[in-house]
Amino acid sequence: MNAEQVTTPKVIVRDLNFFYGNYRALKDINLDIAEKMVTAFIGPSGCGKSTLLRTFNRMYQLYPKQKATGQIMLDGNNVLDPKQDLNMLRAKIGMVFQKPTPFPMSIYDNIAFGVKLYENLSRNEMDERVEWALKKAALWGEVSDKLKQSGTSLSGGQQQRLCIARAIAVKPQVLLLDEPTSALDPISTAHIEKLIDELKKDFTIVIVTHNMQQAARISDFTAYMYLGDLIEFGDTSTVFTNPTRKETEDYITGRFG
Amino acid sequence: MLTLYTRRRIINVTGLLVSMLAMAFGLFWLCWILITLLSHGLTALTPAVFSQMTPPPGSTGGLLNAIAGTLMMSLLGTLIGTPIGILAGTYLAEFGQRGWLAPITRFINDILLSAPSIVIGLFVYEVYVIRVGHFSGWAGALALAIIVIPIVIRTTENMLRLIPNTLREAASALGAPQWKIVSFVTLRAARAGIITGVMLAIARISGETAPLLFTALNNQFWSADMNSPLANLPVVIFQFAMSPYEDWQHLAWAGALLITISVLTLNILARILFRQSATTH
Amino acid sequence: MKSTLLHQARLKQQIWLDMLFRGLTRLSAFGVLALLLAIIASLVMGSMPAIEAFGFHFLVNDEWNPVTDEYGALVPIVGTLVTSGIALLIAIPVSFGIAIFLTELSPRVLRRPLGIAIELLAGIPSIIYGMWGLFVFAPLFADHFEPWINDHIGTLPMLGPFFAGPPMGIGILTAGIILAIMVIPFIASVMRDVFEVVPPMLKESAYGVGATTWEVVMKIVLPFTRIGVVGGIMLGLGRALGETMAVTFVIGNAHELSKSLLMPGNSISSALANEFTEAVGELYTSALIELGLILFFITFVVLSLARLMLHKLGKGEGQTT
Repeated sequence: MNAEQVTTPKVIVRDLNFFYGNYRALKDINLDIAEKMVTAFIGPSGCGKSTLLRTFNRMYQLYPKQKATGQIMLDGNNVLDPKQDLNMLRAKIGMVFQKPTPFPMSIYDNIAFGVKLYENLSRNEMDERVEWALKKAALWGEVSDKLKQSGTSLSGGQQQRLCIARAIAVKPQVLLLDEPTSALDPISTAHIEKLIDELKKDFTIVIVTHNMQQAARISDFTAYMYLGDLIEFGDTSTVFTNPTRKETEDYITGRFG
Repeated sequence: MLTLYTRRRIINVTGLLVSMLAMAFGLFWLCWILITLLSHGLTALTPAVFSQMTPPPGSTGGLLNAIAGTLMMSLLGTLIGTPIGILAGTYLAEFGQRGWLAPITRFINDILLSAPSIVIGLFVYEVYVIRVGHFSGWAGALALAIIVIPIVIRTTENMLRLIPNTLREAASALGAPQWKIVSFVTLRAARAGIITGVMLAIARISGETAPLLFTALNNQFWSADMNSPLANLPVVIFQFAMSPYEDWQHLAWAGALLITISVLTLNILARILFRQSATTH
Repeated sequence: MKSTLLHQARLKQQIWLDMLFRGLTRLSAFGVLALLLAIIASLVMGSMPAIEAFGFHFLVNDEWNPVTDEYGALVPIVGTLVTSGIALLIAIPVSFGIAIFLTELSPRVLRRPLGIAIELLAGIPSIIYGMWGLFVFAPLFADHFEPWINDHIGTLPMLGPFFAGPPMGIGILTAGIILAIMVIPFIASVMRDVFEVVPPMLKESAYGVGATTWEVVMKIVLPFTRIGVVGGIMLGLGRALGETMAVTFVIGNAHELSKSLLMPGNSISSALANEFTEAVGELYTSALIELGLILFFITFVVLSLARLMLHKLGKGEGQTT
């Protein structure tokens, strides 16, 4: 459980429980997310990894009958505090989803949408910001001459990179990736994995994946979850090569799950 | 003695034949009505129909004032009804997960959707015409708006429900406030479907007669004053068709053809629009 | 920091806008509820004079006499119920056949165009049906069908009186038939939508054990969708009860209770359409409004039942219109 922390923690989770109605989906989770590192959540489906991710920006709050208790500290503020303003929180925490979710507007407006929410930029500044975000997301080269086209006209892999660009354009501190490559082909997946490696210079990244090889390739820390419990958490090489718990070993070696 | 299998096959073939006959029966009436409409309507559809006012009995004339009145009232009815319908439909789809208002409104709306339109005419007569003291185009537009609202509510809600939740989550994850998520992302994504619904609503009201009988009434002369009785195609058709004068009956057929063509065109356009948007998404 | 201040200011504004937007949509939704209440209230208030004058006797009185100012709703109520009944009697089997054809039998290429044709038929304004009924159907009916009905059914011992009378072409029976033609496409498209709810796997399993198409329809599809089918029929009934123009042209507008279906009669909606603007005197108008109230009440009950049934079938699914 005690991974050696080489950097300061960005997000500190303490005694986190999560309920869908009466069903307890997360059980006393404790973990630290290191700043400007990639942390991966793995485990079989239904283990709670996505649920855990969605508590970080309180996305669950869109739905009735879902609630979380405990603490999630981000820069000294408790995310779960009812007084916490959600929109402010979400401006600090970006999220990318399993399936690409381009908005029904142009590529340019897709990216400008989030920026306009919290910043008053001049036309030039906005152009620069859009270009910056698209370059960061390694999409600029492919779309620079068609920014006015609809975001939905892009291919699946491009759409997903557009969504990443949209998320980082607002300059969040933490980036949540919920199985960002599960709907993509292998080439697009490779693109995005390379991108994640680049992005961790600037952002703290948390990724949920059902693909263990992916976790091994791109993450610095790995958390293995099972049935709402955090079974094992540590730096990725340790978890994969020398797990302390039998359950983790079984899962990683494919004997289970 | 028939074997069980033969009997089953005979029943099957008979049943299927009967259902084919039913289909033919349904189409038969459609064809018959359309053919009658075309044969009577086309001969009566002269340029005068579009350039002259409704005539007194025994003389010739056109339907210009009635066409204009119908266009004005349908337009205003749509303009009044659509925003209310879209807002209420948005409430049902986006905000109504909790509380009692949404389920009850949904149920009531479904009933209003097929409530007798003549009762809506009575209602507007009671609350508006009596109060103002005279029949008017506004009263007609109001009655039509009440018919538009449930149709738009229904399609808006249905179309918004087709928008995947991940799109809402994605906008929400950027920190967008709810009114922005709904008006710039979800309503926009559902735009084509909602426009389809509005078109269907226009198609529906442009042929509605019953609610106009006691609200807009009729007017033999040209009038663009929404505060006075207003000529309109359905009521003119009703009055002229029931009359013993042949000139009037001819004009009624011309009007009937016009209404049917515009209603069918709107219906078909709405379908094409909806299909196109469904394939590009 | 300047940017945080900006954030704070924007945030306040957004919270306010959010509340405004939500409030506006909520108000609109509430408006629908208020609309229903207002309709009921205005009808009840408008019919108060008639209710006070006639009480419950209004419902069973077959008198309708503007000269003596005596009114009863029996004739139009019976007319409305009988025409709708005739319409359903014809429309149910035909719509059922059409729905089966569209979901199970039609070649794939024809399925869409035929489905659209039926839906278009449902979209034609009812005044067109009425006109067609008056000018085309009624004369044909009077010349060719009614004499035959007179001769063959009108002479039967029990049924006879219902089918006797002069062949005028206009009357309760004609109104019922026109109404049937009008509701057939409506019921058929609801039934088709309902049939399409049946999971393909279920049908395939039945075909898999060697069932014929007819058996699949009767033993799998129909039991599975029973509630929805009844709901669709009720929806059609709601339409038929409240329909005005298709009936007014051909029902004959006679305030007389007659045993024969060939005789002219009246329905609630056509009495309103014909007499309301010409009614003079408070009691006359009020009696007509009370007719409207009765019509609204009947259709409200029928449509509520229809929606409950369709909802049971759909259960949270985006259901049929």
